[in-house]
Amino acid sequence: MASAAKKLLMDPFSDNNPVTIQVLGICSALAVTVKVDTAIVMTLALTAVVTLSNFVISLLRNVIPSGIRMIVEMAVIATLVIIADQLLQAFLFDISKQLSVFVGLIITNCIVMGRAEAFALQNPPKESLLDGLGNGLGYGIVLIAVASIREILGFGKWFGMSLPFGENFMGNGLALLAPGAFIILGLLIWAQRTITKHVEE
Amino acid sequence: MKFLFDFMEKNIAPLFEKGGKFERLYPLYEAGDTFVRTPGDVTPSAPHVRDSIDQKRLMMFVIYALLPCLFLGIWNAGNQFNINNGVADATLMTDLLRGAAMVLPIVMVSYIVGGIWEVLFAVVRRHEINEGFLVTGMLFPLVLPPTLPLWQVAVGISFGVIIGKEIFGGVGYNILNPALTGRAFLFFAYPAQISGDKVWVGTAQTALDNSILGTVAENVDGVTMATPLAIAAAAEKGTDAIQALGDAGFSLWNMTVGNIPGCIGSTSVIAIVLGMVFLIITGIASWRVMASGIIGCIAMGALFNALPLDNAFASLPFVYHLVMGGFLFGIVFMATDPVSCSATNTGKWIYGFLIGALTVLIRVANPAYPEGAMLAILFMNVMAPLIDHFVVQSHIKKRTAYARALNNA
Repeated sequence: MASAAKKLLMDPFSDNNPVTIQVLGICSALAVTVKVDTAIVMTLALTAVVTLSNFVISLLRNVIPSGIRMIVEMAVIATLVIIADQLLQAFLFDISKQLSVFVGLIITNCIVMGRAEAFALQNPPKESLLDGLGNGLGYGIVLIAVASIREILGFGKWFGMSLPFGENFMGNGLALLAPGAFIILGLLIWAQRTITKHVEE
Repeated sequence: MKFLFDFMEKNIAPLFEKGGKFERLYPLYEAGDTFVRTPGDVTPSAPHVRDSIDQKRLMMFVIYALLPCLFLGIWNAGNQFNINNGVADATLMTDLLRGAAMVLPIVMVSYIVGGIWEVLFAVVRRHEINEGFLVTGMLFPLVLPPTLPLWQVAVGISFGVIIGKEIFGGVGYNILNPALTGRAFLFFAYPAQISGDKVWVGTAQTALDNSILGTVAENVDGVTMATPLAIAAAAEKGTDAIQALGDAGFSLWNMTVGNIPGCIGSTSVIAIVLGMVFLIITGIASWRVMASGIIGCIAMGALFNALPLDNAFASLPFVYHLVMGGFLFGIVFMATDPVSCSATNTGKWIYGFLIGALTVLIRVANPAYPEGAMLAILFMNVMAPLIDHFVVQSHIKKRTAYARALNNA
């Protein structure tokens, strides 16, 4: 893979992670990370939406009048979100129930809009596609990490499988509450910045 | 002694100072050194306060103030255990021994685990070991029930020290009281062992030993008993809360003495008042926060009494709010934390008053939390900088108006 393309795809995993560096998409990162399976489905839904929206908006970038560009972006994103939501309801009904409004709320997720505004409007379709894919997965990796910690601490399980903690295991109630997710996310950011030496200017 | 100190200065100190063999462990050496003797260091720049008290002595005074609470807590833990396990020949001595066996491990775990974190951060971040931990490590166990599993004590103090204090940069930078942060963590994470409606006043002997070893399942056999707050909160509409308390064996008198089930250090009003008097006389803790807190508690309690509400808890005479639960302990030892409370004098009055008022409001109006003192203090900790901001602003406004008036005259 060309190094420019590789950079587009890999940057969002750590150096420019949408959640831990840009601190976007926090609302859904707190809401859908109680269990790993919901986090994975949310990751897939968001990745699909942001990848395709980046691609479509990039294709349209030369014909969108700048005065109404946000409305056009919104229309594209909303269409894709509704498709994703309908697909989930059709094939993964239980998880779709657990995700409740948060699939619909991908429309307002700052990551999707942010990538459309900041990247897809200025770059050709292929790069935009890679950028969307990278950002979706970068978001997903944080989501799955937070969900893993919360599910292990809160239920003593991972991905629905019981872990060998013994019957004396006591679930940590705080991990299941939104403030617990906030603290875990903060600790993740701390760990990441300690390793990468990233400093906010 | 002089010989010993000279020896230390010549032979031991260079090892830990810059360029020495154990340079990284300097915080440890420094802590031990300043603990056993008054350091020769002088403040490098103004202002020079001519007073022999330093942070270490200051914090030790708080520990002295906590001792009555600790001793009464030890006696009470043993006393409650012996009563509820039907130990017939219980004497003061057996009560104390039993209580010590329950309480001292909690205090030790708190100090050891918290101390390890403290030293680790001091070494890695290269700051001095914070004297404040002496107090945090003692405050934390005193607001826990004596039957709490030890691993939870360890997890709680770790959370309090790291999240409550160290990630903000250590003592002086924390926005929340670290001991109370640790307790809040346990309260939300493992409510069954700490929650306000039921605390464990005693467990069978084997269960107690098991809980020390870290297994917790046996604890289910523990004797549980509702606290006065839970009883008052659960009192039916139209009934008399005092009557409900009396039926459960709680009177104004025994809630003042503190021979009732509850958290280790916070049941006895007498012990807390002893500590309070000591802190006020020595000038260590702010009397403004304590006074305004008690006024706030009384005012809110009296307001609820005066309102025609059909709620037994609301009509409970306000005096009860002062002696029930952890309010008094909180306002004397937790709310007065010099770092997380308001810094201005006016701010302290507002801060304390709102803690008292919020405590009663949470107790009476929110059935989910029978005890409001912890949440009220943490909430006001967060608000303290805002209060200070407005106090300073209004002061500036007054002074500018005064200056303008002078100029115009």
